[in-house]
Amino acid sequence: MDQNSLRQLFPALGRKVYGKDLVYFDNAATIQRPHTVLDCWNGLALNSNANIHRAVHRMADEATEAYEQARLAVMDYIGASSREEIVFTSGATAAINLVAYSFGEKFVGEGDEILVTEGEHHSNIVPWQLLCERKRAVLKVIPVDDTGHMQTGKLRELCTPKTKLAAVTHISNVLGLVNPIGEIVDICHSKGVKVLVDGAQGIVHTRVDVRKLGCDFYVFSGHKVYAVPGTGVLYGKKEILEMMPPFMGGGEMVGTVRFSGTTFAPLPLKFEAGTQNFTGQATLKPALAIAAGISSDPELEKSGEDVKAYLYGALSRMDGLRMFGTTGDLSEKIPLFSFCIDGVHHEDLALVLDKMGIAVRSGQMCAEPLMDRFGVQGMLRVSLAPYNTMQEAEYFMKSLERAVRMLR
Amino acid sequence: MVHVKTLQEAENEVIDEFSLFDDWMDKYEYLIEMGKSLKDYPEGKKTEDRLVKGCQSRVWVDFEYKDGRIFFNADSDAIITKGIISLLIRIYSGRTPAEILSSDFSVVEKIGLKENLSPTRANGLVSMIGKIREIAAENLAE
Repeated sequence: MDQNSLRQLFPALGRKVYGKDLVYFDNAATIQRPHTVLDCWNGLALNSNANIHRAVHRMADEATEAYEQARLAVMDYIGASSREEIVFTSGATAAINLVAYSFGEKFVGEGDEILVTEGEHHSNIVPWQLLCERKRAVLKVIPVDDTGHMQTGKLRELCTPKTKLAAVTHISNVLGLVNPIGEIVDICHSKGVKVLVDGAQGIVHTRVDVRKLGCDFYVFSGHKVYAVPGTGVLYGKKEILEMMPPFMGGGEMVGTVRFSGTTFAPLPLKFEAGTQNFTGQATLKPALAIAAGISSDPELEKSGEDVKAYLYGALSRMDGLRMFGTTGDLSEKIPLFSFCIDGVHHEDLALVLDKMGIAVRSGQMCAEPLMDRFGVQGMLRVSLAPYNTMQEAEYFMKSLERAVRMLR
Repeated sequence: MVHVKTLQEAENEVIDEFSLFDDWMDKYEYLIEMGKSLKDYPEGKKTEDRLVKGCQSRVWVDFEYKDGRIFFNADSDAIITKGIISLLIRIYSGRTPAEILSSDFSVVEKIGLKENLSPTRANGLVSMIGKIREIAAENLAE
């Protein structure tokens, strides 16, 4: 499939902003959605709006079927062993909070240690800080080096007999570098430390196989991988999820309820209290079908690689530009580039680019520790998806140069 | 004697100037020029208490109260924001607290600034106006 045919599947890509063709380079914040996802979402809302699992009527059957089919699609896509390992959540943030609370409740005590990396999104920092406050545990940080690479070597020193879990991003939403998850898991597991991987970016830009990665938890948000907002997944190894206590109590997650005591539903419903976003979660099936189609298409892979290499080169050569997350090997970098330009404020750049029809992100990208690490107030971030073309990239470079000239 | 523009006149002048621009890029060019022409703001006054909360970029507002009038000076690390501030200063600096408080600040809507800024930046603008009003209110009481 060529990029133009791919673009036809995404209605939003055809729109204009301020009279100019939209160039959407903010895909790491949320990706655009294909027709198939929107049709699935709409179809369920129009025709099959009934609460899932409990009722015996036809509409409820359809809704339940769509919801559970999506679970199986996720299971297949990431290579989980069973449906019990796939818990639906409202997003990656909710999934991390679930683990921080429930795993933390069971396995983390006073003086224990949790590891995170310096490159984490706030969502993979704050839940662990809250856990550590609650349990009087200690949060330790694996630093990144000047190129933005996580210092994997430091991990060995930081894993102690007190360490219970390491929470590591698959790919930082600022640096765009793929962390060596397999190696991290090996080190952690050799010391008895569990590993949670934040796959918010990883699920879109790599072909995730949780069995190959070997991690204990893998979390991601649906809206970054072509599904709708308010959807997400917690993958957890069954034997660990079995041992974890419920996070939220309510409907659906119970076996029997008596005032003398309650038993809980088996996995995965144990962690799905209350009416779920069933119309939303169902869209994960068509979403992952698109993702699978794209990642197995050699023509799209080629165009994606070409655009990435062009932008990385062009930005690196630009006068006064400082990129964060640099590498000599582009295979470990996703098409996501965060940078600062001397003498120009990132917010001004984003504002001017917007008026040229280009959507980018400016600011701290929910990663203030990384901003501190590199001594900056904020950055400009451009993040691409497989539907972004060379023509867009060239227009972006020209526009960026023009914006810099205006602002300096 | 030189005629001092009334607040209303100063507001209308800015609205007239902006009505000359059809294109947003031109408006930005203009704001950038205004930002660049803002007079030097002393580094020593970039303090926490002069910082306006709620902006993505950092904005500092300082003032001097002299002969019943408030004279503002301000700075930002972002140039478009600085242009917006310089616009506000041009209208509101050198006025009495009562004059400032009598303004509804609708000028920012009339030149299309508010609707064309993203919500975070619109909040920043609201915060800047809030700071100007706060300073006026404090000095009115004295």
